[in-house]
Amino acid sequence: MTQLPESTERKLGLVIDLDTCVGCHACVIACKGWNTEHYGAPLSDQDPYGAEPSGTFLNRIHSYEVQPETGPAQLVHFPKSCLHCEDAPCVTVCPTGASYKRTEDGIVLVNETDCIGCGLCAWACPYGAREMDRAEGVMKKCTLCVDRIYNENLPEIDRTPACVRTCPAGARHFGDLGDPRSDVSRLVAERGGMDLMPEQGTKPVNKYLPPRPKDRLDQETDILAPLLAPVAEDAKGFLGWLDRTLERLPGPANRPSEPRRDKRGER
Amino acid sequence: MHPAPSIIAFSTFSGLGLGLLFWLGIDPDPPTGWVAFTFFVIAYVLAVGGLVSSTFHLGRPERAIKAFTQWRSSWLSREAWASVAALVVMALYGLGLVFFDANWTILGWLGAALAMLTVLTTSMIYTQMKTVPRWNMWLTPVLFIALSLAGGALLSGRVTIAIWLLALAGAVQLGWWVVGDTRLVQSGTTMETATGLGPMGTVRSFEPPHTGTNYLLDEMVHVVGRRHAQKLRLIAFGLMIVLPILLLLLPFPHIFGILALLSHAAGVLASRWLFFAEAEHVVGLYYGMR
Repeated sequence: MTQLPESTERKLGLVIDLDTCVGCHACVIACKGWNTEHYGAPLSDQDPYGAEPSGTFLNRIHSYEVQPETGPAQLVHFPKSCLHCEDAPCVTVCPTGASYKRTEDGIVLVNETDCIGCGLCAWACPYGAREMDRAEGVMKKCTLCVDRIYNENLPEIDRTPACVRTCPAGARHFGDLGDPRSDVSRLVAERGGMDLMPEQGTKPVNKYLPPRPKDRLDQETDILAPLLAPVAEDAKGFLGWLDRTLERLPGPANRPSEPRRDKRGER
Repeated sequence: MHPAPSIIAFSTFSGLGLGLLFWLGIDPDPPTGWVAFTFFVIAYVLAVGGLVSSTFHLGRPERAIKAFTQWRSSWLSREAWASVAALVVMALYGLGLVFFDANWTILGWLGAALAMLTVLTTSMIYTQMKTVPRWNMWLTPVLFIALSLAGGALLSGRVTIAIWLLALAGAVQLGWWVVGDTRLVQSGTTMETATGLGPMGTVRSFEPPHTGTNYLLDEMVHVVGRRHAQKLRLIAFGLMIVLPILLLLLPFPHIFGILALLSHAAGVLASRWLFFAEAEHVVGLYYGMR
């Protein structure tokens, strides 16, 4: 049924901390690994070892440079997967009923045996969260690891989405965003969690925590440089004698490290 | 958006065929016998051929029948119902004209309405996409219906009506281009809203998630064809509107009518190609592209 539920009992989703994400892509690999072996058709690759590799992924990490009006630019790593929108436009456009939003937890899923691969849902999604599997001819998307989070065969600690479980930085959080007392809801409230493309009216369940303002960026950005300055500037022994002798000869001396020494002198 | 040949051919030819069915349906003095047979064969080859070609872009065409189930929410499903209803009703109407010399007027009017409803549902599939601001405006269904009516009039040999409708469709097409060019900016969706990083500063894509291409870029971020968009608009407009009107104004409209029709169809194909190639999907913003 591709009509959206009026409301869902819970709103399971992710909170992604853009301040913490280090852009390691571990969640991409964990997602691909779990989802190629479990729910639905495997996530195929085309020409994986050839000249033009491509493949189906449910989670992808962009990196952005943000240039403030003053001060140096900042690099922000930006994981992007299905946001399990409350008003999911991908669901209502589906002509076959393959796409649906679950009333019990709000997860948006594709019933692959009903999918005709028309691609309309991928057109309707502003976030690029749905990708057609080119081997299977059906639409693939994040399932919020529906086959992990309720899976009693797994140890309790593993009953979270694969991307959350694997994140080495702790940048991904999973929980019920419909419950204001849940850890994820409190995180969103405390850190000013935001929606992506709010003007599209999709009401995403997943929230993003903005990067914290950097407190030391106005000072020296290259904090290791002074420590890496050349150390053998006052040579002793034979090299010292050679240095002094060459100094006495006519002609200009080349001292590339002059400005840096001045700077170090100030500190 | 990727200009898939199967979808371009579908919307162009089925639009023409359904336009012809509309004019046959509302004709107070419709052709009968062999003449009617010829007209209906042309209309059905165009309309059905277009519908069949649209299934070529499906990943799983063998399940296409399931597309009839979600008419309550999906325009694609409504299109499936409207097209089948239009073709069935007009087939009955044609049966009367061809074999029984009988004009079942009510069936004709009903079929004509269903034919235009089908064109409307097709256009609404694109119009509903908030993610493609260029399509997401009321001028899109007007353009599809105006072109279908003009092409149908041309096909059915209604010279005077065709001239006026071509002029009307031309005006709508120009308006669609002019307004469409402003739609992405008007939508308010930018890299800053897409990433939520706007309050921090200006956002630039530093590194995409993948070194190669992927489905999203192939399907939604087609930029190659935009390079010659202005020239193609001129060519499309000339072939689709200007040349057919000039040919119809000449004497012997029946001889030049064929040329006008071919020119019009080629022009609509070019215009439909631009309809996709020029359309910017907001997902491109995540890649710093349009």
